[in-house]
Amino acid sequence: MQVTSAEPLARDIDKRSRADARHDLIFHRLLKFCALLVLASLIGAALSTLWGGRAVLFGQGWHFLTNDAWNPVADDYGALAPIFGTLVTSLIAVVLAVPVSFGIALFLTEIAPTWMRGPVSAAIELLAGIPSIIYGMWGLFVFVPFMANIEPGLNDTLGQLPLVGKLFQGPPLGLGLLTAGIVLAVMILPFITSVMREVFLTVPTRLKESSYALGSTTWEVLWDIVLPYTRSAVIGGIILGLGRALGETMAVTFVLGNSYNITASLLMPGTSISSSIANEFNEAVGIHRSALIALGFLLFVVTFIVLLIARLLLRQLAKREGN
Amino acid sequence: MLTSRKSPLRFAAVAAIAVATTFGASAQATDITGAGSSFVYPVVSKWSAAYAEKTGNHVNYQSIGSGGGIAQIKAGTVDFGASDMPLDEATLDKFGLGQFPDVIGGIVPAFNIEGIAPGKLVFDGPTLADIYLGKITKWNDPAIQKLNPGTKLPAASITVVHRSDGSGTTFNFSDYLSKVSPEWKTKVGEGTAVQWPVGVGGKGNEGVSAYVKQIKNSIGFVEYAYALQNHIGYAVMKNAAGKVVAPTIANFQAAADTADWKHSKNFNLVMTNAPGANAWPITATSWVIMYKKPKNAAHAKVAFDFFKWAYEHGQEQARSLDYVPLPPSLVKQIETYWNTQYKM
Repeated sequence: MQVTSAEPLARDIDKRSRADARHDLIFHRLLKFCALLVLASLIGAALSTLWGGRAVLFGQGWHFLTNDAWNPVADDYGALAPIFGTLVTSLIAVVLAVPVSFGIALFLTEIAPTWMRGPVSAAIELLAGIPSIIYGMWGLFVFVPFMANIEPGLNDTLGQLPLVGKLFQGPPLGLGLLTAGIVLAVMILPFITSVMREVFLTVPTRLKESSYALGSTTWEVLWDIVLPYTRSAVIGGIILGLGRALGETMAVTFVLGNSYNITASLLMPGTSISSSIANEFNEAVGIHRSALIALGFLLFVVTFIVLLIARLLLRQLAKREGN
Repeated sequence: MLTSRKSPLRFAAVAAIAVATTFGASAQATDITGAGSSFVYPVVSKWSAAYAEKTGNHVNYQSIGSGGGIAQIKAGTVDFGASDMPLDEATLDKFGLGQFPDVIGGIVPAFNIEGIAPGKLVFDGPTLADIYLGKITKWNDPAIQKLNPGTKLPAASITVVHRSDGSGTTFNFSDYLSKVSPEWKTKVGEGTAVQWPVGVGGKGNEGVSAYVKQIKNSIGFVEYAYALQNHIGYAVMKNAAGKVVAPTIANFQAAADTADWKHSKNFNLVMTNAPGANAWPITATSWVIMYKKPKNAAHAKVAFDFFKWAYEHGQEQARSLDYVPLPPSLVKQIETYWNTQYKM
């Protein structure tokens, strides 16, 4: 009896496993397709901006990258000022946002009483949901006048320091690189904070408790146990924020001052790649349009280079620790 | 009491007529499309609504920018384009296009100085150019003081505000500065976007108004309506005739009236620095661009009818938005131009 029933059973199993294999294959291909779709759209966007900007990118070559003029009347365009503004504002944003995010994340995971964690986390996540135009309006109507009031003070205090003094000397317009950087910092704060908070929660309790048992203070536990354990993920979160800061458009356009300048002072107006495009694309024709699309391509390149440097740093760090 | 009792009845009557005309005309209603200048968008859409109520024909206007409007009409995807910059002879001939002005607007220098009321500051062209060139940097500069003998000007630095986006306002403003300052002409020139020697850029008229309002001791330039609506200080100007004039609808019209349209072919004339005694020096218009031999004659006919209606009956709508209707002398010239240049 058993012999007779074993045959159909084996056939069944065989059929099952063949079906499973087929389903696995379909699933595998579907996932691959999803991943490739992202890659394809990225490459497509890069290529189409390259194509749209070809008149300037190939026509002017290096001159486009090293020229600091932006003259639509003479059709003489250079990307130096927008690239400068993009990098400086993003740098200010990251420098300001990272310590604050770090503090918030540590507070929420290690120090805050449990009843407080939920509401504060939710508030920070809500911050991420505010559209950037709102940040722009808030920046223009609330924050710019505030900055205009404190900038004379900055001139007299930070502006008098040796070395960094130059950064804080300038007319008290309220607009400028520093203001844009601070608004960007508020915008990227929730992204960095939520990544940090998530990864800090993954640190095994026994590690922390062992450290406490050896007599560590809270700060020592955070600095020597929590942070090293989560370092690569933390840096990943910072890169996420940086990527957002590099491409941010509307909020920056409102508070940056939109002037093709390269200055030592952070209080002076500047421009960024994305805000130049947003400002001028509507009325641009011919070479002007091509120059703006070429700027778009450069944003890809700049972002790519910045992310690449961050990755290399991360690898260097890992190597030094012997992981 | 009497009116309030009457008004529902009157409203019903008007509504009934409106419905009747709409339905009556909708049998042969034509929808035409136009695209271009954002400067004329508010008034064209207001005209379009009133015109549709009257005739049943709809004019869809997309505010995509002058450059876009020119590209669309060249491609033949719209029935008319609108541009803040006139096309030159060669381009018009090459594509078989014609152009004519539609409505006038004024551009005013706006300022924010404590203690000086709107209309109480006088500029002339060369001084304005020197401020925008960064040559005059203080409000109490002798050149400004000379124009304003009775006014106490602060010793503060001037913050220059300009447009950050490409715009017809910038084109007319920079064109004016080119006409009055040789240095501006060679160093900067005119265009919908230029390389500003100094200052900060605000996006749109609203951006410039917001900056001028917030930055003390600043100067900017905006369309007249924005200066009025935002209650910011606007300056009066010494015009080409040497007379100090205020930005008023009459003075904008005086500029359009005295600009030398007769000797301009295809209305290819920017009417800044117009010669009239009362002409406001920075007066702007925008041009409607259409094919001289339209592919779709029926649509072109509606477009002409629409603009004819706007010249004759759209004045109220234009004024309510602080635009200025074309003076009758110019309308007459445009109608002659239609009859001689356009074949339908």
